[in-house]
Amino acid sequence: MSIVLEAKHINKYFKKPVMFHVLKDINFQIKKGEFVSIMGKSGCGKSTLLYILSTMDTDYEGELFLNNKLITNQSREHLSYLRNKHIGFVFQFHYLLSEFSVLENVMLPAKKLAKKSHQEIEHDAMEKLKMLNIDHLALKRASRISGGEKQRVAIARALINNPSIIMGDEPTGNLDSHNAENVFNIFERLSNEQGLSLLVVTHDGDFAKKTDRIIQMEDGKIMT
Amino acid sequence: MANWSVILNIAKTHLLTKIKQTSTAALGVTFGIGAYITLVCFMTGLNGMLDDLILNQTPHIHVYNEIEPSKKQPISLYDNVNESFNVVHSIKPKLSQKKIHNALPIIKYLEENKVVRCALPQIKTQIFYIAGSIELGGNLTGINAIDEASLFNMGDYIVEGSAEALQNTDNGILLGIGIAKKMSLKVGDRVQISPINGGVFPLKIVGFYQSGIADLDAIQSFTNIKTVQRILGEANNYITDINVKLYDIDQAVSLSKKIERQFNLTALDIKTANAQFETGTTIRNLITYAVSITLLIVAGFGIYNILNMLIYEKMNDIAILKATGFSGKDVQLIFMSQAMIIGFVGGLLGLLIGYGLVSLIDTIPFQTEALPTVETYPINMNPLFFVIGFSFAMFSTFLAGYLPSKKAKKIDPVKIIRGQ
Repeated sequence: MSIVLEAKHINKYFKKPVMFHVLKDINFQIKKGEFVSIMGKSGCGKSTLLYILSTMDTDYEGELFLNNKLITNQSREHLSYLRNKHIGFVFQFHYLLSEFSVLENVMLPAKKLAKKSHQEIEHDAMEKLKMLNIDHLALKRASRISGGEKQRVAIARALINNPSIIMGDEPTGNLDSHNAENVFNIFERLSNEQGLSLLVVTHDGDFAKKTDRIIQMEDGKIMT
Repeated sequence: MANWSVILNIAKTHLLTKIKQTSTAALGVTFGIGAYITLVCFMTGLNGMLDDLILNQTPHIHVYNEIEPSKKQPISLYDNVNESFNVVHSIKPKLSQKKIHNALPIIKYLEENKVVRCALPQIKTQIFYIAGSIELGGNLTGINAIDEASLFNMGDYIVEGSAEALQNTDNGILLGIGIAKKMSLKVGDRVQISPINGGVFPLKIVGFYQSGIADLDAIQSFTNIKTVQRILGEANNYITDINVKLYDIDQAVSLSKKIERQFNLTALDIKTANAQFETGTTIRNLITYAVSITLLIVAGFGIYNILNMLIYEKMNDIAILKATGFSGKDVQLIFMSQAMIIGFVGGLLGLLIGYGLVSLIDTIPFQTEALPTVETYPINMNPLFFVIGFSFAMFSTFLAGYLPSKKAKKIDPVKIIRGQ
């Protein structure tokens, strides 16, 4: 199976307030269609790792490959493009643009990519919303829907450009068990049915157990 | 890789959801530009009117024979007292003729000069207006009425009658309105005048002259050159003044110096004659621009403030936009375009408001004795002011938007997302 994301000898230091070695020689691979979770205690560096993998944090040592291409030290413009095209995000707090409608929120990354016409994008966005059973919310303002619904909108937005990988930073951390279950099922379905790679940072042991692989982190190192 | 439709759409949504703040910012620009347009049009209109008041009637170069003491007193010609210190008391002006020697050839010579638009002869003399046993002192100026009307806007100051009437009437007189009032005269009446050297001449009143300066109107009258020559008993080459009008006023100084040197006459250029007047114009312009620019800068700070606040409010949005693939430059463009939209809309409204106010001022009656031709407040509606005003609106909003948007560009999405 092809490798979607690969990290080689990633090291990261926090320089303020004191020099601190956060990530120590991280090496791992994520294959296509794999559903991976990262677990660890607070402060072990798992979120820091996720943001490095997401290309938003560029201040690290080591090499990062996305679809077997080196993305370390690329220009910020190009990294923005890569994020837009290949990486979908789901955060703990849903992070929708509250002044836009649900549909517009979902369409925004595709509009930025500008590979398709407006009609196609709208059609795609409705498809994604239907898949997540929230198509009836399409025209509502993003600030007027419930937390569980917001998280599903965020997933739909992450999917809109058909990315290579979806990353989640505690995507279920702020949801009740019912909604958390729901989100997990969606992720699992995406992984199984569409062969999407997923990388999720979580505290939730039950959630992690159900994934294909758990990366256990402690003190900036990968244990398993 | 800017994607304008998306960027503008986001900018538009931000602006519309914060419509109160947006309109406050835009109104700042509107009032700034509106006030600028009003002020500039009104002030330059006034300036123009005052300039015209002086410039229209004033020759660019006035050539005449000055009565003055000899520069070299006889004693300085005497070699024996060369080494000593001489004091001469009670110096008298040199006796010289009032008339310009060879005036007609000089006029001809000047008119051949390419920079000269025309050179008009005048004869100035003192007379008395006689009403029964009362003698009123006054000035009588002999002119070529038609030429004066076409080149020095004499016609603007003739309140009754016309320049043509003066030209065509032998022994006609254009009487100062002040004298006419004093002597209860009307057009068609005769007035008797007497030159200093005696004799009484009846002249027919063909019109009234009102310069707006009451003291002048109470003494000054005009008649034909020939009439004055006849009254004074002089030949037809008797000319006391030559008024020169140029195509380019800036050449007045150099030409006047040249005339002084060449003909040994006094030549007064308009800049020297009206030096304090020019100072007034400059200072009025300075005040206009200082006030307008202050207004626009205040408006600019308003925009800066509001955009800054907007960016703090939209930290999450900025983080999410960056996380989903918008580059820092895209985010900067989003906020820049918001500033520019505010500037554009505000500026345009400002131009409209300015235009409205200026049009309104243009209709307000403004009647004054001093300015017989002016009926409403003078306005100088120069399209250039509108262009400048709009450019300044765009420029100041660009500056006001640039700094906050640069900050938005630099925001690190990781910090925002992890910060919660």
